[in-house]
Amino acid sequence: MALNQGLVVSGLHVTVETEAGTKEILKGVDLTVRPGEIHAIMGPNGSGKSTLAYSIAGHPKYTITSGSVTLDGVELTTLSVDARARAGMFLAMQYPVEVPGVSVANFLRTAKTALTGEAPKVRTWIKEVNESLARLDLEHEFSARSVNEGFSGGEKKRHEIVQLELLNPKFAVLDETDSGLDIDALRIVSEGVNRYASQGDRGVLLITHYTRILRYINPDFVHVFVDGHIVEEGGRELADELEASGYEKYTKVATGK
Amino acid sequence: MTATIDKTDGSARNLQEAVETVESHLHPRPSWVVADHPMPTGREEIWRFTPVKRIQGLLDGTPSDAHLVWEETLPAGVTSRAITEIEARGISAEEPVDRVSALAAELSPGARLIDVPAEAELADPVSIVLRGQRELVWGHIVVRVGAHARATVVVRHEGSATYGAKLDLVAGDGAVVNFVTIQDWADDTVHGGQTSVLVGRDAEVRTVTVSLGGSLVRLTETSRFAGPGGSLEQFGLYFVDAGQHIEHRLFVDHNAPQTHSKVDYRGALQGKGAHSVWVGDVLIRKVAEQISTYEANKNLVLTDGCRADSVPNLEIQTGQIEGAGHSSTTGRFDDEQLFYLQSRGIDAREAKRLVVHGFFATIIAKIGVPELEGRLMTAIEAELAKSVSA
Repeated sequence: MALNQGLVVSGLHVTVETEAGTKEILKGVDLTVRPGEIHAIMGPNGSGKSTLAYSIAGHPKYTITSGSVTLDGVELTTLSVDARARAGMFLAMQYPVEVPGVSVANFLRTAKTALTGEAPKVRTWIKEVNESLARLDLEHEFSARSVNEGFSGGEKKRHEIVQLELLNPKFAVLDETDSGLDIDALRIVSEGVNRYASQGDRGVLLITHYTRILRYINPDFVHVFVDGHIVEEGGRELADELEASGYEKYTKVATGK
Repeated sequence: MTATIDKTDGSARNLQEAVETVESHLHPRPSWVVADHPMPTGREEIWRFTPVKRIQGLLDGTPSDAHLVWEETLPAGVTSRAITEIEARGISAEEPVDRVSALAAELSPGARLIDVPAEAELADPVSIVLRGQRELVWGHIVVRVGAHARATVVVRHEGSATYGAKLDLVAGDGAVVNFVTIQDWADDTVHGGQTSVLVGRDAEVRTVTVSLGGSLVRLTETSRFAGPGGSLEQFGLYFVDAGQHIEHRLFVDHNAPQTHSKVDYRGALQGKGAHSVWVGDVLIRKVAEQISTYEANKNLVLTDGCRADSVPNLEIQTGQIEGAGHSSTTGRFDDEQLFYLQSRGIDAREAKRLVVHGFFATIIAKIGVPELEGRLMTAIEAELAKSVSA
């Protein structure tokens, strides 16, 4: 039973150190995403959506004070960042980081080797990389560039999806992958996510501020995230409602005004 | 204090006089005369970062007739011969700017001239390997690349020595020169001195200075232009271990118009007492209109107990330039970079290795000798293995 239960977040509380002292950002998050499901987490700025993404991936800035995160029964919160990735977790970042002097090709090969425990076969691997780049509308020459250095906003996000395709994790958290994309790039990125999800046994947690990506990616569940926890859950009709009336209804409830 | 005599009547003659008397305040007047470079106390501006006691063997002027073992690989047409010190002084790029280089010129038992003839286009590099045999050595080498020639010159230092050096590169008009010097000394070596570059009219000179080994390496690197239109790129790479002192003091003298310079030195430090010094002085003289210059120094501190001094200086005597700037950064590993790499399954040790690899890769790629580039990357990996762990 433990083997295929997907992502289970329960009672997750997370703090961050600020100049004003310790601040609690996540105030008890409960969430289950089964394999094959796409869940959208929607919420206003500052609600803690990105903190949830970073906490799952293990960013050192965030401290988990209680609760747990398991992927197919494996507790992630006690693992190092890289061990979480090797357990099957992937985070597509909102702001991918520049690594000057390290080529995309070297980065992808090193990551693939780390995840599978052996270097990919040179010939098939280069073909795979080039095919993935092409699907994301990136030139072959892209793999010679330094990771994220001098990339446009759209190139950074497409590069994240290239990694999603090539590393093919069990589970993907996509943190505002739609932000800063023009309509063509949004479509290309969404198609990449759909290809990944269509394998049937992969889980996706799609974190977004806007509803427009949900025109291209159809979520099985939608969660409204306000003030560090989930305040409403439903199907895709919830996203449609948010598109029409915004978050105001929920932010008022959460802050007690 | 800048000794600037600013004539305001604007006559060409007076302006020329003003140009001739401008001095960069950090630099003593160059001179072959040893007495013009008194014994430093360690408080002087140009000596204040240096552990003077440890370089005493190159300051007190003990004569020595010893040589480094000299191995050279010369492409066809390139010559190498002994010359007198008098002859060497006549063709050098610059006079000595400090006591070590003045002593090197004074005490060197003769000098060596490497000549690349005008208009030669060398397919292979000129390679010189200098190996120390635990002796005090004074040396003076002049590399002369003729007009419109194209050459790569690699000078590699190995072994144990106390070595005071004067090394001159004279690039003729229109020459394209790639000049690589490597300090791959044994742990006990003390190497001090001056490397000077004279960039010919419209010449393109690239220097790559790599300092890995030695107990103390202190190199003053001066450059100036023999005419307008010259272009100078200087890249540097150093890896400083526990107890090691590695100092690069650069001075680019924009003494001609339409000249361009770019300096990019990068270092990594690890271990207790590892000390790097980078000083980057650029002087833009009144005559140097339409020039551009940018210098950068980056230091990556891998462990506690290291010290990186980084001092860029710009002295600008004319506003009629294309651009002038500098930057200096010293820091530890970027947590966000490591997080990004680790989030793809790469463990902490490998992530750090990748970051350092990337940090130096852009400099190493400038060397242009693939076999050498590979060897240096391997050497850096070996250095890194000492400190970087998960």
